Formats: sequence, structure tokens, C-alpha cells
Amino acid sequence: MTMVQNKIEYNHILVRFGELSTKGKNKKDFIKRLLVNVKNALRAYPHLTYERTHDRLYILLHGEDADKVAEILSHVFGISSFSFAIRVDSNIEHIKEMSLRIAKQADAKTFKIDTKRSDKRFPMISDEINRAVAGPILKQTDLKVDVKHPDLKIQIEIHEQDTYLMTGRIGGAGGYPIGVGGKALIMLSGGIDSPVAAYLTMKRGVAIECIHYASPPYTSDRAKEKVLELARLVSRYQGHVRVHIVPFTELQLAIYQNCDESYAITIMRRMMVRIAQRLSEQIHALAIVNGESIGQVASQTLESMLCINDVTCMPVIRPVCTMDKLEIIQLAKQIGTYETSILPFEDCCTIFTPQNPVTKPSIAKAVKMEQRFDYESLLTSCVDQIEHIDIYPNKEQDENEDLF
Amino acid sequence: MIYLDYASTTPIRKEILDAYQKVLRVYYGNADSLHQIGRESQKLMEKSRAQIAQLFSVSASEIFFTSCASESNSWAIKGFALANMYRGKHIITTCVEHSSVLHACDQLEKHFGFEVTYLPITKEGIVNIETLKQAFRKDTILVSVMAVNNETGALNPIEECAKMIHEQTRAVFHVDAVQAVGKINIPYEQIDMVTVSAHKIYGCKGSAILYKKDNLSLLPLINGGQQESGIRGGTSNAPVNIVFAKTLRLALEEQGNTYAHVKQLNDTLRQAFREMDDVTINSPNDALPHILNVSFLHVGSEIMLNALNERGICVSAQSTCSSHKKAHSYVLSAMGLGDVISTHAIRISLSYLTTMEEIQALIKACKEINHDYGTK
Repeated sequence: MTMVQNKIEYNHILVRFGELSTKGKNKKDFIKRLLVNVKNALRAYPHLTYERTHDRLYILLHGEDADKVAEILSHVFGISSFSFAIRVDSNIEHIKEMSLRIAKQADAKTFKIDTKRSDKRFPMISDEINRAVAGPILKQTDLKVDVKHPDLKIQIEIHEQDTYLMTGRIGGAGGYPIGVGGKALIMLSGGIDSPVAAYLTMKRGVAIECIHYASPPYTSDRAKEKVLELARLVSRYQGHVRVHIVPFTELQLAIYQNCDESYAITIMRRMMVRIAQRLSEQIHALAIVNGESIGQVASQTLESMLCINDVTCMPVIRPVCTMDKLEIIQLAKQIGTYETSILPFEDCCTIFTPQNPVTKPSIAKAVKMEQRFDYESLLTSCVDQIEHIDIYPNKEQDENEDLF
Repeated sequence: MIYLDYASTTPIRKEILDAYQKVLRVYYGNADSLHQIGRESQKLMEKSRAQIAQLFSVSASEIFFTSCASESNSWAIKGFALANMYRGKHIITTCVEHSSVLHACDQLEKHFGFEVTYLPITKEGIVNIETLKQAFRKDTILVSVMAVNNETGALNPIEECAKMIHEQTRAVFHVDAVQAVGKINIPYEQIDMVTVSAHKIYGCKGSAILYKKDNLSLLPLINGGQQESGIRGGTSNAPVNIVFAKTLRLALEEQGNTYAHVKQLNDTLRQAFREMDDVTINSPNDALPHILNVSFLHVGSEIMLNALNERGICVSAQSTCSSHKKAHSYVLSAMGLGDVISTHAIRISLSYLTTMEEIQALIKACKEINHDYGTK
């Protein structure tokens, strides 16, 4: 949260929409989607009710904990900011009285009243309201007016019947509501980069599902559990995420047996993209997303990307492509995935590490090596045997819950 | 599930669990309290101590309850060294001890100015008596040698060591007998300090003892009240201490019956592994039969572990990989077995509970995995 809030019986949260205000005729769809996403995110709070106006969303708390609701809201994309609000009747005496109470409880030396009069039939103009409300505060407290840098800013929004009083503004997650931009499939590896890529994709309003390649026994159950935990962490932004686990061992062994060691990773990545494309077709995903960053490892040079990308005509989006490792780490820490990502379990990419992986693979060579074995049937069997797991933000309770 | 990791820990014996539950329910008092219910706990705990002493043929005042074998080892080494440093600051141990011994020695070296000689081991994984003899110095105050190596089951010549140490030096002799108790006889009367753990012999977790001769002084590691003769503070974990005696008694009673059974299982395994290509048996021929260490030269430790786990078979690997860098088994490396063997080893540990069917299932699984996942 970015601002200190004074808590006095806030009964509302006022939500301001993000970038979507600029989106012309799609706006309606955006707002609709945002409302659905907010309701989904807050489904654990059944007493909340929602009111929508053309540019605002009001969440009526009905006694639910404002801070807990705010914590969840701060993860919902499409919200530029929100404020705790108190609703009073649109009556100048009630407005004055509540403003005074807010001022008395605030730990501030200076203040400012900022009124917006949406209902132009209200008998006073904004400036008159400002002065009328400031009067009792100046008389009954030690607060002074400072219009430039007030410690306490009381915002008053007057509507036809109701008036909202707010004192602070909490930054939202920004971006577009998830779902307005279609769906993408994220290649979630278990490293630091791919959860960040997932986050950035969702932020642009794209819903995600995840694909993970497991090669037991070369990769352990712990590695898979780690990926599911990362999926859980990123699922907070869209309320749920589906993870597709691809049994990759046989195909990987076939690569190992048939291809040159230096090309093993290149060809493995080409197979991964092929599988991702086939799964995307099944689940109607419009793009493949991964956590590649230019030059980070041998398979992430531009030459490698060209060679790997060659197997698909779907867009392969690489949100962290141009970021430095440190920038990625910083974002990973911010979204809370870093600590899990650095747990030391093998993932698909770190097994079979050849001594000298090729950094400038050629498409022709890769194709030639792939012709040495029947990868088509192996791909089909991979896709057929995918395990689908639904992950929710709350850790599931297990049978041993009674022990704790 | 086929559990073949008994050297890590064992399931609790039903008789012990029943006794433990009864004690928890009925005798919940603090053994230091002066009221009736506390005194009852105290009495039972002292009865347990006396019975343990009797089983070891030592005196009750020489048995100390601790929270785990690592505590017993740390205490024996650091507690003794710090209390006796005026006599000398040289310690001898082996390079394949449990980490609690090695790290305690390391701490004494780094922070308290001690010198530690880490004895090499033979290719059979044991201490050579001559090497030990050569390491003696005038200021040697302590020698610590494990009875049975936890990775390989190699049996150290404890009696010979004890004899040599006591004949030639004034040093005291500590033995980590965690893997040995209930499997082979330990000559307690010839040793000055011995570590024994309950959960390796079908008892409770969080329960161990240190046997220490009366005349030795130890500095406490845990300061507190008058518990354990005032040298190991903290509220007594009376329930686990009370059932330790029964745990030990049952383990010793069954030692004779179960050894032959385990030996037969071990022989079957060795025979099968000898017939397989590219498998080495790392445990020496005369090792304790309860532990068998083998390397599948084309399947890394962790991969073997994962693959067996997938088939419902639990074994352990000392060398589990963390990304990129492969961890070695320091024990196998010390035996001079080389990189490949020490990164491809697994430890199978057996019990009287293990059946021949389980062993056959393990052999079958190993063959399949070796065939399916072996990479040169």
C-alpha cells in the first residue's frame, strides 16, 4: 500500500479503473471483465456487494475486513488505484460532521478539502463546500490548511443521493483486466524468469495457462512441486491457473540417443515448442510465452531463438527478453516468486547439460538431426499423456490438517 | 511402499508406541516438579536410566538423556574438549564421521584453537590401527571413531582402537554407535563415551543418550537447571526418556534373531548386483549386512532415487545433485572410489521387517531402471 490510511468505519472501497479508460468502445467489455475478475478474486468474502458506475466500482464491505480485501484487490489487473471510503447522505451537515471526525482522528498537521460535485443539482458549488467543510476543522482542531502539500487530503465526491469521503489512495496493479486480451500458454520451467514472464503477460490482460515439461526420474517430484507452487503464486493474479504437465522423458531420451550432444538442448527446445503449439490449439491459446532473455544461456541467443522459433508460426512472446537478470530478479522478488524459484531442484533444462552446447545452431542441422528418429509419434504420445492440474491461490488443506 | 531406508530412521515399534502413549497420557508431569505427578515421571525416568545402564553393564550415573544423536556427538566432543583443554588441544577423528562429529571438530579448530587430525580410511572404508597409532601426540585428549559407517556399513575395529588408545595415550575414546546398536555388540566397558539414538532402533524421534564414564568431566552445551546431573539443562523429555529403556531392551533381545535374516537378504542383493553389468558394490565384504551401498555407473544417485521412488521403493542417496554441480559422497571419495562411483551411489538399508519379496522387487526395479534410464 502506498498511502497511510486512517481507519474509521470505512464501509466502502472505491475502485478506479486503469488504462482501460482510454479504450473507446471496448470499454464496456473491459469494465464487465474487471468486475468479474474482482468478484472472482474476492469470492472468499461473501458479504461484499458491488455497485458499478460508468468510471468507478464501489465495493460495499458490510463489515468485511477492509485491509484484507485491499490486499487482494492490489493484485487485480485493470485497477489504477482504490481508496477506502465512507458513505454519507448528500447533506452538507452530514458531510461536515464526518469530515471533522476524520480530521480529528488523523495524525496530521495540515489538511486540504478536495470536493468533486458530480451531482450539479447540489445547492453549493465545490469551492463553497470546501470552505464549509474546512470551517469546523479549523475551529475545532489544530490543523492548518495547506493546499499544496497537505498531510491529510479529504476527498469528497458528491453524487445525487450519496457522498463518499476518502483520505488516501492505494496504488492498484495497473494493466488490463485479465481475459480481455485472450489467452496464452506459458512455458513454466521452475526458474526465476518464467513466473515473471507469466506476471507480465497477465498484466496486459492476457489470461494464462501453464505448460511444464517433467522428465522423471531425471527430474524429481520436488521439482514438480516447486513448479506447482510457482503456479500457485502467479495464480493470485487471475484467481486460478491450469497447469499442464507433459511427460517428457521418452522424448528427451530419444533426443539424447539420436542427436549430437551439442544440439541436444536446441532440439529439446524445438520439441517443447511443438508440444506447446499442439496444446495451444487444444485450449485455444493464441500465443506461447516463455521466460527467455537474450544471451542468458546458450539456448537464448538470437541464433538459438531463430532456430527454435522455426518450428511454429504462433507468436512466441518473451516478456523478459530484453531485461537484465537483476531486473528480472527484482520483479520476481516484487511478485513473491523469487524465493521459490531459487530452490535447488533440477528442472528439464538443467539435466542433460552438454559440455559445449551450440550457441549458433543452424536450422538445417537441427532438421537433419531430427530426421534421425520418429519424433512425431513421440510428440503425439507426449500431448496425449499430458496431466492437467487446476491450481488455486489458497494452499489446499490436506488430510493431515487435523495435526495442526 | 517398500521402505529400505532403515539407516535413516525406523518406524516406531508398536510396543514402544503403546508405552509412549500411556506415559504421555498418564505421567505428564514435569520430572523436576516436587509434587506427586512430577515425582512419578521422575521415578520412571530414573528406572529407565537404570535399566539402560544395566543393559550396557555400566552405572546409571553414566547414562545421560539428550535430544538426538547429533547433540550427543556434539556434546561428547565439544563438551569434553572444552572442559579438558588444559591437558592438550589435539583431537583425532576420521574423515568419514557423521556431520555432527565433523562440524563439532571443525568448530573447535576454527574458534577454540584446537588441532584435529582427520584419519584417512582404507579402501574398505575403515580406520587402520597403524595410522591411528601414528596420529597420537602427547597433547591428544580425545579420539572419536564411529562404530559403523552410516553410508557403507563398514565396521571399524573398535576394540583394537580402544586397546591401542588406552595403552598408548591418556586420551579418551568416543564412539558414535548410532548405526551399530541392536546390530552388533559394543564393548561399552572399554569405551569412554558412546552415542546411541532411539529412532534408529524402532523408538521415538528426538531421543538419544550419551554414555559417559563417571570420571570424565564435560562442559554443558545446554545450560539450565539440575537436570541430568546439572550438565544438560532443559525440561526432561520424560516420555521419550522413559521408553528408551524398552526400545533398547527389545532391540538387543532381537539382535541375534534378526541378524541372520538380514544377512541372507544382503547376500541375495549382493549376488544380484554382482550379476548386473556396470554396478559396483561399495560396501566392503565384511560390512554390517544392514547397509549396502552400490553404484549404478550409468544412473546418477538422484535419478536412481527418483526412479525407485516412482516405483514405491524408498532408498537414500548421500549425493543428491543441486543444479549443475554434482555432490559427491565424501565417504566413498575417502575410500578412493573416484568421481563416478561417488556421484552414482545409493544406500539400501535393511531391517528385520524387510522381506525377501521386497528384496526381489528392488532387484527387478533396479534392473529395469538401469536398462531404461542408463546414460553413458
